[in-house]
Amino acid sequence: MEIIVFVKRVPDTESKIRVNPETRSVVEEGLNFIISPFDEFALEEALRLREAKTGKVTVLSVGPDEASVILKKCLAMGADEAVLVKDDARETYDGLRTAKLIAAAVKARFPKPDLLLFGKQSVGADNAQVPAMVAELLGLPQANVAVKLEIEGSKAVVRREIEGAAEKVELALPAVVSAQKGLNEPRYETLKGIMAAKKKVIPVVTPAELGFAGDALGPRVEIVKIETPAARQAGKIVPGAPEEAARTLVGLLRSEAKVI
Amino acid sequence: MVLVFIETRDGKIKKSSFEALGEAARRAADLGLAAGAVLVGPADAGLDGELFARGAAKVFRLESPALGAYSAQGYALALKGLVDEVKPLAVFLSATAMGEDLAPRLAAKLDAGMVSDCTRTAVEGGSLVYTRPIFAGKALATLKLASRPEIATLRPNVFAPAGPRAGAAGESVTKAAAVPEAAVGGRVTEVLKDAGDEIDVGEAEVIISGGRGLKGPEAFGLLREAAALLPRAAVGASRSAVDSGWIGHSHQVGQTGKTVSPNLYIAVGISGAIQHLAGMSASKVIVAINKDPEAPIFKVADYGIVGDLFQVMPALTAELKKLIAD
Repeated sequence: MEIIVFVKRVPDTESKIRVNPETRSVVEEGLNFIISPFDEFALEEALRLREAKTGKVTVLSVGPDEASVILKKCLAMGADEAVLVKDDARETYDGLRTAKLIAAAVKARFPKPDLLLFGKQSVGADNAQVPAMVAELLGLPQANVAVKLEIEGSKAVVRREIEGAAEKVELALPAVVSAQKGLNEPRYETLKGIMAAKKKVIPVVTPAELGFAGDALGPRVEIVKIETPAARQAGKIVPGAPEEAARTLVGLLRSEAKVI
Repeated sequence: MVLVFIETRDGKIKKSSFEALGEAARRAADLGLAAGAVLVGPADAGLDGELFARGAAKVFRLESPALGAYSAQGYALALKGLVDEVKPLAVFLSATAMGEDLAPRLAAKLDAGMVSDCTRTAVEGGSLVYTRPIFAGKALATLKLASRPEIATLRPNVFAPAGPRAGAAGESVTKAAAVPEAAVGGRVTEVLKDAGDEIDVGEAEVIISGGRGLKGPEAFGLLREAAALLPRAAVGASRSAVDSGWIGHSHQVGQTGKTVSPNLYIAVGISGAIQHLAGMSASKVIVAINKDPEAPIFKVADYGIVGDLFQVMPALTAELKKLIAD
């Protein structure tokens, strides 16, 4: 199977996020960057499928040169190859822009992929747009928020999460699947993998090489404002022994907060 | 027109769709436009009246033999047909499992800009603006879209439904959607209901969440018992409880779980890691129950009880039972 996994470099989930209202962006200085956690589930699934069925796993990231750090990590985890689509644009929150870059890169470099795997969303932008957009641009079927994936001949059978239940979705391959937590438990990179990854060269493709010129990627999203939410104020501690505190709390929730 | 995709489950319109329709009707009114509701695939004839009562001036029904079971490809194709004809200013969907699956597919098909998971919309300078949490709520982005139509998904349980307006009427239009079977390469073949048919944390009005302080999976029973007493209540969890295998990951609230905005969030035995706080700080009222008075969760809680959850939770359940009995 030819599997392509799409990964994004994002700030660590433990990070405090500061914003710069003037540049309308998140302050990157001092942040620790990681591979977006949902993308790790996607990569792990690809590696397991390759181990079960043979084939090749390529990871691709759209981002600045620094994104090669997470691509190296993917290689160390076991991916065969990596590609960087170099894009120095600051976060645009425009999923379609990224999806167009990805779809063009897939067409240019992977004429016959079997499976395109994504994380269900990047943590940070939290858009959850790109997988379905790439599927549409390439004319492929999709299943998002997958917690189980099985390849049966020429189709993929996916269990995907919906509210309070799950759906079984059947897709004709090639297809796009996005991974949710619970799909698997990602492996750690091995020392051998890290050493091998160091020797691998990551080819870099530019948007111009993919045929994007002028304002072909002009964002459809305009950032009006980026701000931090008003901090919540600590409220009151309800005193007393458990029974008394519970009684007072229920009274407050009923008559003061009016939420029960 | 502002169009709203209406989602049904088991033949009924989802609450989140009425919320999206309410917001669409308010913004449409600001702009001197009307709100339209779209039902895709087979839907009960009685639903139109409910949609008129809740803000829709027009109800579109898109029908085709290929629209029986949900498929993003089929639904997006049907919606594109309607959008090409009606030329709406915007299309709103709920940020539900279906809406989040369908909206980006539709946006790409229309070459349209999209905003995900909005928690506020407004009209400023004649344009729609959308505010949404980023970094699971650590920051907020206000965005505008430079395309027609604009596509937005709206977070459930944030927006108020409109009305109901008694005796409201409108126009129902049924259209045959051009969706060839061959255009649908993937579809839902089965809906697998989990035990108990629980409400999802993303849609719940009350969430009672447990963390490391629960010490094991058993204590989630205390939370479920209390949640069962409240309408539209769900049990949530912190990442450490999920990663310990005490409860399924679909319950996780936080940056690698779900970002939620219920009316009431009760954090039980949760210290309040930054990635958890991000995911629940938009709740309207927060209650913290924790034995450590220094736990960061108390800094965001409206009400706190410093105590042993194994004593406080049964007492709370007893009080809720009394309240219901009254």
